[in-house]
Amino acid sequence: MNPDDDAGHSGSGVSRRGFLGGGVVAAAAAAPLVVTAADATPAAAAEADELVTVRVAVNGDPVTMRVDPRATLLDTLRDKLELTGTKKGCDRGQCGACTVHVDGRRVLSCLTLAATTDDRAVTTIEGLADGDRLHPMQEAFIEHDGFQCGFCTPGQIMSAVAMVDEGHAGSDDEIREGMSGNICRCSAYPSIVSAIKDAREAMR
Amino acid sequence: MRPYTFARARSVRQALANAGEGTAFLAGGTTLVDLMKLEVMSPEHVVDINRLPLGGIRHDRDGLHIGALERMSDVAADDTVRRHYPVIAQALELSASGQLRNMASIGGNLLQRTRCGYFRDVSTPCNKREPGSGCSALTGFNRMHAILGTSDACVATHASDLAVALVALGAEVRLTSGRGDRAVPLETFYTLPGGTPEVENVLRPGELVTGVTVPRSAWAAHSTYLKIRDRQSYEFALSSAAVALETRGRTIKQARIAVGGMGTRPWRLTSVERALAGKPATADTYESAVRRAADGASTLEHNEFKPALLRRTLVRALTALQEQA
Ligand SMILES: Cc1cc2nc3c(=O)[nH]c(=O)nc-3n(C[C@H](O)[C@H](O)[C@H](O)COP(=O)(O)OP(=O)(O)OC[C@H]3O[C@@H](n4cnc5c(N)ncnc54)[C@H](O)[C@@H]3O)c2cc1C
Ligand code: SF4
Ligand code: FES
Ligand code: FES
Repeated sequence: MNPDDDAGHSGSGVSRRGFLGGGVVAAAAAAPLVVTAADATPAAAAEADELVTVRVAVNGDPVTMRVDPRATLLDTLRDKLELTGTKKGCDRGQCGACTVHVDGRRVLSCLTLAATTDDRAVTTIEGLADGDRLHPMQEAFIEHDGFQCGFCTPGQIMSAVAMVDEGHAGSDDEIREGMSGNICRCSAYPSIVSAIKDAREAMR
Repeated sequence: MRPYTFARARSVRQALANAGEGTAFLAGGTTLVDLMKLEVMSPEHVVDINRLPLGGIRHDRDGLHIGALERMSDVAADDTVRRHYPVIAQALELSASGQLRNMASIGGNLLQRTRCGYFRDVSTPCNKREPGSGCSALTGFNRMHAILGTSDACVATHASDLAVALVALGAEVRLTSGRGDRAVPLETFYTLPGGTPEVENVLRPGELVTGVTVPRSAWAAHSTYLKIRDRQSYEFALSSAAVALETRGRTIKQARIAVGGMGTRPWRLTSVERALAGKPATADTYESAVRRAADGASTLEHNEFKPALLRRTLVRALTALQEQA
């Protein structure tokens, strides 16, 4: 297998501001997710554990990082980029708490390897507002009490925004079906449906 | 997760080079990443195939061609699929969740692993995961498990809804490797567990799924998928049926039927197909045609309800299809 890295990616280190900010915690993976190593991955088959260079736009900011090939996007966002708005519920694809947008599509960051996001654009809950102006979906969740403990809420909101964009938010039943991948332990479902209906109009 | 090497393939040739035992192709990752975390799957090499030109949905004289990297959500939303092969769109829409369908590919879907809880739990014996260790489901909690095609070694169901629809329609899966290209009918692509439940299909090590082809037929356009599960959405099938009928007036000319949640692989029911052919599309026909649908089934302690559920699922699916007409 050929090298996984483009020569142009090598040696860029980490470019995001505050990226290596104090107290970076090791993620599930054993090796550090981010290094400033100046070496490129050798052209021959990479060694197991070898870090992979990823250039990704996170909430509009270009980020270049070296990640353990095992690191999920979820752990990378939370532990390395310090974007802790994205929540880890099950870590198994079963709850939706970790929902983010990759190239505009809602996906589960717990089942996405960070290494596969090269050249992609990732949007998290932190990137949804327009400066100080909340996204209509965020406004509507507040307005309708679309949460109790709030743990599932970032995932609910990211999922809901994408679902409306997909055109799958017609009837209440369609909303419930389209949102079935987002579990709410507090069972705030009725208010979530009301919030989405409101936001759907505001998003037109 | 065990360490592995990671590479991004930029061409099919590059993906196939060096691929073999120990290599896992990574598509949507919704099965692979999950099972690598659980250390149920521990490949030495992971090859990211997402940049390969294996997308596309094409409809021509031969039928419907779907690239292996098409995502479940995109196939389900495709106008041609919805109009001419509704059972495929429905099976996909009733699978997983909006997020998962955006990630999961058609090739990966067909190769997903069983949801048997013991298979996923490395602390319990499981012949599929660890050949020769025993089957925890035989004496354990086996409500979701299979009743058709089982063996003393394994009773796990195949979990894909899409595969049930594709088996009913007689689809072929297209494969490529260093040894060349081949196409295999999906029905025989999957193997029975027998004494080797760790082998689930005829895919060779390092072989790549490039797509599926669904033949043109007189029945595909008149088809439906019914899924029965423990909750309304975001759940695997306890029972499911893919039904396609060619009718003339009120008479059934030909039927194609496969079921999910019942077999160790997507289960075609040719006996029911034969019992329907040439008969009027009536409730009586359906009831009598499904009478022997579960012949040969062996039930377990917690799934004795499945033969009856199988028959009812079929009658409901056939009735629903008739009502749509
Ligand atoms: C919570 C949850 C609920 C789900 N519910 C359902 C459901 O209701 N119905 C249903 O049908 N499915 C369901 N699924 C399963 C889901 O559909 C599959 O995980 C998905 O389709 C796999 O596709 P993928 O592209 O993500 O595969 P990956 O995880 O990338 O790969 C799966 C396997 O196939 C191999 N592979 C992938 N592509 C190729 C290729 N082109 N050639 C050769 N090998 C390849 C990989 O190496 C791996 O072994 C669910 C999954 C989850 C996590
Ligand atoms: S049914 Fe199959 S997968 Fe489940 S424990 Fe038994 S051998 Fe393993
Ligand atoms: S944390 Fe990703 S789905 Fe639960
Ligand atoms: S608000 Fe508590 S989990 Fe949804």
